[in-house]
Amino acid sequence: MNAPLLEVEHLTMRFGGLVAVDDLSFTAMDQRITAIIGPNGAGKTTVFNCLTGFYRPTVGRLTFHGRFGPVLLEREDGFRIPRHGIARTFQNIRLFAHMTALENLVVAQHNHLMRASGYTVLGLFGWKGYRAAERAAIERARYWLDRMGLLARADWDAGSLPYGEQRKLEIARAMCTQPKLLCLDEPAAGLNPRETAELAELLVEIRDREQIGILLIEHDMSMVMRISDQIIVLDYGRKIAEGTPEQIRTDPVVIKAYLGEAEDEELPEEVREDLARLGGGA
Amino acid sequence: MLYFLQQLINGLTLGMMYGLIAIGYSMVYGIIGMINFAHGEIYMIGAFISIIAFLLLGVLGVTWIPLALLLVLLIAMAFTAAYGWTVERLAYRPLRGSFRLAPLISAIGMSIFLQNYVQLLQGANVKAVPPIITGGWILAEQDGFAVRISNVQIMIILLTLVLMAIFSWIIANTPLGRAQRACEQDLKMAALCGVNVDRTISLTFVMGAALAAVAGLMATLYYGVVDFFIGFLAGIKAFTAAVLGGIGSIPGAMLGGLLLGLVEAFWSGYFTTEYKDVAAFSILVIVLIFLPTGLLGKPEIEKV
Amino acid sequence: MSTVATVGPRATAGGFDLARALKEAGLAAFVAFVLFVPLAGFKLVGQEGQLALEYRPHWVLIGTAAVFVGHLAINFIRAMRGPSQRARGEAGAMARFFTVHARWFGLAAALLAFLLPFTPLGNRYVVDVATTVLIYVMLGWGLNIVVGLAGLLDLGYVAFYAVGAYSYALFAQWFGLGFWEALPIAGVLAAIAGILLGFPVLRLRGDYLAIVTLGFGEIIRVVLLNWYDVTNGPDGISGIPRPTFFGLEFKRYSPDGMTFSQFFGIEYSSLHRVIFLYYLILILALITNWFVLRIRRLPIGRAWEALREDEIACKALGINPTNTKLTAFALGAMFGGFAGSFFATRQGFISPESFTFIESATILAIVVLGGMGSQIGVALAALVIVVLPELGREFEQFRMLLFGAAMVGIMVWRPRGLLAFREPTVRLHGRGQGEEAPR
Repeated sequence: MNAPLLEVEHLTMRFGGLVAVDDLSFTAMDQRITAIIGPNGAGKTTVFNCLTGFYRPTVGRLTFHGRFGPVLLEREDGFRIPRHGIARTFQNIRLFAHMTALENLVVAQHNHLMRASGYTVLGLFGWKGYRAAERAAIERARYWLDRMGLLARADWDAGSLPYGEQRKLEIARAMCTQPKLLCLDEPAAGLNPRETAELAELLVEIRDREQIGILLIEHDMSMVMRISDQIIVLDYGRKIAEGTPEQIRTDPVVIKAYLGEAEDEELPEEVREDLARLGGGA
Repeated sequence: MLYFLQQLINGLTLGMMYGLIAIGYSMVYGIIGMINFAHGEIYMIGAFISIIAFLLLGVLGVTWIPLALLLVLLIAMAFTAAYGWTVERLAYRPLRGSFRLAPLISAIGMSIFLQNYVQLLQGANVKAVPPIITGGWILAEQDGFAVRISNVQIMIILLTLVLMAIFSWIIANTPLGRAQRACEQDLKMAALCGVNVDRTISLTFVMGAALAAVAGLMATLYYGVVDFFIGFLAGIKAFTAAVLGGIGSIPGAMLGGLLLGLVEAFWSGYFTTEYKDVAAFSILVIVLIFLPTGLLGKPEIEKV
Repeated sequence: MSTVATVGPRATAGGFDLARALKEAGLAAFVAFVLFVPLAGFKLVGQEGQLALEYRPHWVLIGTAAVFVGHLAINFIRAMRGPSQRARGEAGAMARFFTVHARWFGLAAALLAFLLPFTPLGNRYVVDVATTVLIYVMLGWGLNIVVGLAGLLDLGYVAFYAVGAYSYALFAQWFGLGFWEALPIAGVLAAIAGILLGFPVLRLRGDYLAIVTLGFGEIIRVVLLNWYDVTNGPDGISGIPRPTFFGLEFKRYSPDGMTFSQFFGIEYSSLHRVIFLYYLILILALITNWFVLRIRRLPIGRAWEALREDEIACKALGINPTNTKLTAFALGAMFGGFAGSFFATRQGFISPESFTFIESATILAIVVLGGMGSQIGVALAALVIVVLPELGREFEQFRMLLFGAAMVGIMVWRPRGLLAFREPTVRLHGRGQGEEAPR
């Protein structure tokens, strides 16, 4: 237990001149909830996109202790990363809107089913082994729908579910890939306080029952503080603090990044000039 | 060397026309992110209206060529622009926010419709026009081979340059141009800031159609033949030009047009005319694969 | 920003505002007038440098009046029927009805199709037209894999049809292969063509893909036209062998053994071959249908639909987008190839003429009108699109005009196609159990 699950070393991501993530290093432990927080534009989602293969990092080493042993994520094609046991959700929900909730969860088990269907050839002729595999996949989907309280709406189009349930369905879909690390990008965004509390409970439950690690980007501080085992604070792409919720709560650097200092000092040179000019013209 | 020079002149002329059509693709793509598949047909309609206007002016007794040309230009631009406006209004505007393939399929439908509309109204046969601008210059001569530039070619090149200047000025300096650039950046935000997005998009189609009409007029003068099917190939080639230059970029469209025109001229000059269309398509495929943002386009970062 | 459908007002629920409707119809008529004046008002007549104008003011007036009246009528009907949502709902209900009872419709249609040659209707002409319909049904179903399921807009589908047709013709010419040996080869070659085209371009955005496939279709046609040594250029290939019934030829006499009529001891009739071809394409089409229905419920089929919905989410679930799309492309192309070799054996003659963009557009129109992903819709659309021009020359002339207008209209009215209603590939609860989803 408690072995490192993901080791990020010197991760840097540049877009042209913009440095979105700057020399970030941290370790996420197995069976722990690691939260990445920071003001808007701090580079949190970029970190996720590097981890899940949507961006190729400019510099850095991302070691993931996955299903088949350690793997360097920065060298993998994006679509192969989930096979090692990383699943993710998206900030703006990306469900297959015109497919049913159940189908969404079955698609998540694609690679496994694809092998079971003999890459379509055997499945086409209704081979027994494939039918069993499909039944098992539906069972797993049923389990997660039940856990999320979506069982009665299994045959709804995902797009017609209410917002909160879409968020849950997306997490269920990620879980159906049987990950070792679940990456959640602002799962509480748009949820009301009661739903947020339920979500917090669910995440703790997933951590403990499924025994997997969770990497969490979140703005809802009450939730982050309540459930995280470890928190990493980003600002302008750099890590400015790391520690337990108690340590972070009292860290002066974090407070400064969130609340800022006296405003004038933070204004860039040009803006101050513009302001002066406007004042003069008026 | 002289042969090369001749192909260069031919290629530039061709390229100017492709460029003018390509601008229409590029502007529309820049603003609403769709390929206006019917744009080639708009060019074809421009060519037809030009011929009709020439004949009509002849009947009315306007025979002084420069005046006739100017009038034809204005008539063709105005009426073709009306077609461009209507196409957007009927086939694209209702589809904004519809599913991904809808505008493209609608555009293909519109293209098929316009082609057959013109065929039904004007007949399927090729219309041959007597040369209106004649004469030309011999630039160099050697061993019996003369490099010629015809007056039509000179007119095409000059007219394109003038139009490009006017056009760039509009984009850079007028409220319309500003609105267009704003819409290109972010349609929703532009609307929130009080830009009349519907009107801006309409005017973009109108401008694109007007430029295509000019290209139609030029083709009429240059080739002397027009039929209802010319829009298909010209459309694809102009689209290729737009992609080559970087779709969404107006200087890119012109540059892409010129390059494509040159490639085609040299290809048919040095290899074979039979496969010159294949050359254009191959360029399209190669550019899309190796340089998807084109020469002057901005890279598209995948937003996750 | 308004998103109202056509030029004109959204009919208010309150009723019909005549003054407003008149004003807007007037505006529409004015625009129509401007559009019609140059192209309808004058016609270019004459040949070779002696063009003249023919004046047709009445055409402009009739056209303008038609737009005025039509616009008024549409607004009136809308006002009477309430918000346009209702019409949409009705079509949706119809689509749903068709899809939910697809099995029965399908069985009934298949039964009718099997009996057709023996009904009083089954004369040579009808069977011939029905054969053409079935070719388009098969092409539509093949393209539906690519467009309807995988959401890839393929504008060059006819290229694969051509590959299939020419494969059979050339293999028969050079190696003396019969239809049955050549059929799988044609399918495989078309699929390979699909992969060769797809591999470089499938990473592209949807609309780029459309243009590239269009270009590919044109390239194939230009090559067929110009590669004289192999394809015989515009003259095409003739004398393509006709199919045999397990080796029995459809002839009165055959030097190489028994003919069909001799073997069965029936009197020779040239109708035999027509009917045989009809059954052949019917069976090919039914196989296509079986295949598509089946594969839709397999992981690959679900992955196609998922890709159509959201490619990024697919990547995050470990689905390889390129391979998945390639499979769709290749399988779609394969059915195009099968249909192509059937076409070749049926006609006995092929030339590049038969494989123009119009053909691609027709097949796409069938898929779009019928409903993307809807098998029965595609079959009905193919029926309408093939039979309509047979009803009279006027239809033939207006055929493509109507296609174009219909494609635009369908996209505005029901963007997923007339009979598009998606039946889930798997259900947890029986129909009517579980919570009812809002539609």
